[in-house]
Amino acid sequence: MKVADRPAAIAPDTLIGKRIPKMDAPEKASGKTRYIHDINLPGQLHAKILRSARVHARIVRIDTSAARRLPGVHVVLTAADLPDQRPIGVAKDHLPLKRDRVRSQRDEIAAVAADSEEIAEQALRLIKVDYEDLPVVSNALDAIKPDAVLIHPEPHGADGSHLHLKPGVPIAFAGKKDNIAMRFDYAHGDVVQGESQSDVVIEDTFKLHYVTHCCMGVSGVIADFDASGNLLMYSNTQVPFLHKREFAEYLNMDPARIRIVQPPIGGGFGSKLDIYPFEVICVFLARAARRPVKLVFSREEEFLASPTRQPVLLTLRSGCRRDGTLTFRQVHTLHDNGAYTSWGATTPFVMMQTFSSLYRVPHCEYHTTAVYTNNPYAGSFRGYGNLQATFAVEAHMDKLAEAIGMDPLEFRLKNAQVPGEVTGQGMSFKSCGFQDCLKTAAARSDYQRKRRECVAARDKSGPIKRGIGIASMLHVGGGAKIYPSDGCGTILKIDDFAHVTLITGASEIGQGSETVLSQLVCEELGLPISSVTVVNNDTDITPWDVGVHASRTTFIAGNSAIGAAKKAKAKILAAAAKKFECAEGDLTLRGGHIVRAASGEPLIDLARLMRSLHFSDKAELVMTTFYYEPPSQHQDKGFKGDVSAAYAWATQVVEVEVDTDTGIVKMTRVTGAHDVGRVLNRLGIEGQIEGGVVMGQGYALTENLMIEEGRMRNPSFRDYKLVTAPEIPEIDVSFIESMDGEGPQGAKGVGEAPAICIAAATANAIENATGVRIYELPFTPEKVYRALHGSAEKLYWKPWKPE
Amino acid sequence: MSLKHDIAFTLNGVQRKVTVEVGMSALAMLRDVIGLTGTKYGCGEGECGACTIIVDGATLNSCLMFAVDCDGRRVTTIEGLTGDARADALRDAFVAHGAVQCGFCTPGLMVQASHLLAHHPEVDAAAVKRGIEGNLCRCTGYKKIVEAIVSASHVEQGAAR
Repeated sequence: MKVADRPAAIAPDTLIGKRIPKMDAPEKASGKTRYIHDINLPGQLHAKILRSARVHARIVRIDTSAARRLPGVHVVLTAADLPDQRPIGVAKDHLPLKRDRVRSQRDEIAAVAADSEEIAEQALRLIKVDYEDLPVVSNALDAIKPDAVLIHPEPHGADGSHLHLKPGVPIAFAGKKDNIAMRFDYAHGDVVQGESQSDVVIEDTFKLHYVTHCCMGVSGVIADFDASGNLLMYSNTQVPFLHKREFAEYLNMDPARIRIVQPPIGGGFGSKLDIYPFEVICVFLARAARRPVKLVFSREEEFLASPTRQPVLLTLRSGCRRDGTLTFRQVHTLHDNGAYTSWGATTPFVMMQTFSSLYRVPHCEYHTTAVYTNNPYAGSFRGYGNLQATFAVEAHMDKLAEAIGMDPLEFRLKNAQVPGEVTGQGMSFKSCGFQDCLKTAAARSDYQRKRRECVAARDKSGPIKRGIGIASMLHVGGGAKIYPSDGCGTILKIDDFAHVTLITGASEIGQGSETVLSQLVCEELGLPISSVTVVNNDTDITPWDVGVHASRTTFIAGNSAIGAAKKAKAKILAAAAKKFECAEGDLTLRGGHIVRAASGEPLIDLARLMRSLHFSDKAELVMTTFYYEPPSQHQDKGFKGDVSAAYAWATQVVEVEVDTDTGIVKMTRVTGAHDVGRVLNRLGIEGQIEGGVVMGQGYALTENLMIEEGRMRNPSFRDYKLVTAPEIPEIDVSFIESMDGEGPQGAKGVGEAPAICIAAATANAIENATGVRIYELPFTPEKVYRALHGSAEKLYWKPWKPE
Repeated sequence: MSLKHDIAFTLNGVQRKVTVEVGMSALAMLRDVIGLTGTKYGCGEGECGACTIIVDGATLNSCLMFAVDCDGRRVTTIEGLTGDARADALRDAFVAHGAVQCGFCTPGLMVQASHLLAHHPEVDAAAVKRGIEGNLCRCTGYKKIVEAIVSASHVEQGAAR
């Protein structure tokens, strides 16, 4: 800004709560953004993976000789070529390239690097694999039977005897004597006592299905070793710093020699939190070929070899008193882990929070068993188990209210958490707008009146029945301390032209983090958003961050960015105070100037001040760093602890039309009220909520990854139905600004929240419309028709946990 | 052995001659032979719309079209929308209305929307939803995309009056 432009006074202004367009949107809307698919390195080879033709089988022989002879093929790898492969995954239970056994349809058997994708595909067709089929375990209930076929049997010696390996040897080598992958047992209070104090007790089984992320950009990776053996990876990961360390372990490398660059990502939603075999395999190929190797999935492969949301069988027993006080909850769940363990198995961390702490429950018990099967393996997916848990809890909130003759909204309000509460699980709700969420969503949707009218209209003639349903959610909104650190670092520099470079550990995955972080920095420095460049995608440049997950980026990286900006501001004001011979407290930054705080009188534009600092006898550049670690706790061994620095709340009301002649459910309107702490970027937060609502709609109504005998029946967008534009409901979003004391400008995380209660509210709406409750997702026309017309059997799973 | 074929067509207003394999899709030609990567591969079977292009005034999924069938036609891709007033208004509207998140579906939607507005200058939300039903988006829930396209149509009508 030129001095001549300097106004007489600059009034205070704020960016907070404004509608700020995403900084990367112009490039994206022009087709100029280079995703991993658009990047090609000189000398690059193309890789393809041969996957299992069988669901469960012993690999008898692999013959790659013809593939190796094909012109244009540079490298063919099988497990035999990689004797030093290390097990990957959350439970270290599989090798990237499978050795002697395949356990699911996606299993990786061989990989090829060739001059082109076509040659690599041709080479795959030349690889001969002889299998010996094994019995398929395709149902979690079968996997826990005493005589079940083992998915990871303990290895035997040549004489058939058990090889008793040392404790601590990974499951990939030592196997398991049963199919139990993971267990979670949690309790607070005494459910027996709670049940004895109940006037009403109900028990139901719920069944949640497979869905998958369907990122519009398919998965891909490029690996390239330099002449000194340093590895450069172009990766879609959401957790670059964790991956650096893990890749080093899998590759037996020094982590310091691995650099991860993240090109813009075509959607994440939790799918890119784990390391998958294709990524390690691509690095192996690059190492063997001594050339850059690029591996990109086809859409079919994306379906077959990506993680899913964890399918769950769940029996919930709940009680309350006649006055509407909840007394207890007892939960047993069985999770189909699939053949291997990824983050999906750990979703109980989040599920148990909903059971124990969404409403005040004095006595709660929660048991999960995740079991190995030959099905696809589940990963983390937006909401992380919370959709499944909320589906069950909110069905019971309606059913209990009905059983005692109380209005469902009143019943919820009576049991909803309030600020200051510390729950049985140890979560401390410092800011909590839950009651306001309930009241606002109910009022804006006219929930109580419509609900009564829909019940009254059930018996009217005509096939279309209308219904309205309510559901709420609790989710971490201030990070989640599940790793040794939940922090994020920032490096900030302000150049001679008052341009800010914000170097942050936090990755942008389309959610708008670079815009919101820039906004927070500009708010401190009194600059327009256009004066920031964000660097956030290169582990050799950016400071450490734990990754994009748990709705944590705005809160954690935001606080980190604010910390760095505040330090820069203090430096600038100190220099200005000296120059203008006044107290630092009398000055502030506004509109690109140093101004007198009281009058707004501009003293000097920031760029000039920066240059005067730089080109002086005590030459100085303004560069600051800040590291933010939230004041949260790790859970203890009983899963108790205040794991997040803040918690987010939301209520969503869903309205439906059910065609009782066809079973088709149309979602007509969604009214949401979200306690987001404070709205930072109104445009961004609306978009994230609307997207989450429609993702929740897909989970409730249309999306269904069909797995039969371990085989995926619909690995394509033709048969896996994402919601399309004409099907979306009207969406009305309200924000409850509870101004969290620890949050950046009062904000809390919101990324996962909007997807969480849609299916639960839809179930309640269908019940309101028809009087029929459906316990199983998704609400496809066939399922709804069967439920309405009496040919559906009531599902029941007798609670079970391993001794 | 793959057969090759020489074709000539108008790409974004400029005459192009290209040699392509006969089995190659228009999408692969645009991305891998010509090097215009704005057109995206999302599914390869015409279900997601990320590869939408305009050929002789009609939008289609370039993954389902053979490259050789571009011969003699007029092809417009996202890169060809630059500088066009309608496209500029649309792009500004996509940005201002928050219609872009991960952005992977955005070029296909931009092309689809510009075609929609070219043929139906006065659109309401219902018509826009129909017009983009062949384009999948996983991030936005479509609401802001629809709002952006409707607002761009208003800009254009306003300008015309």
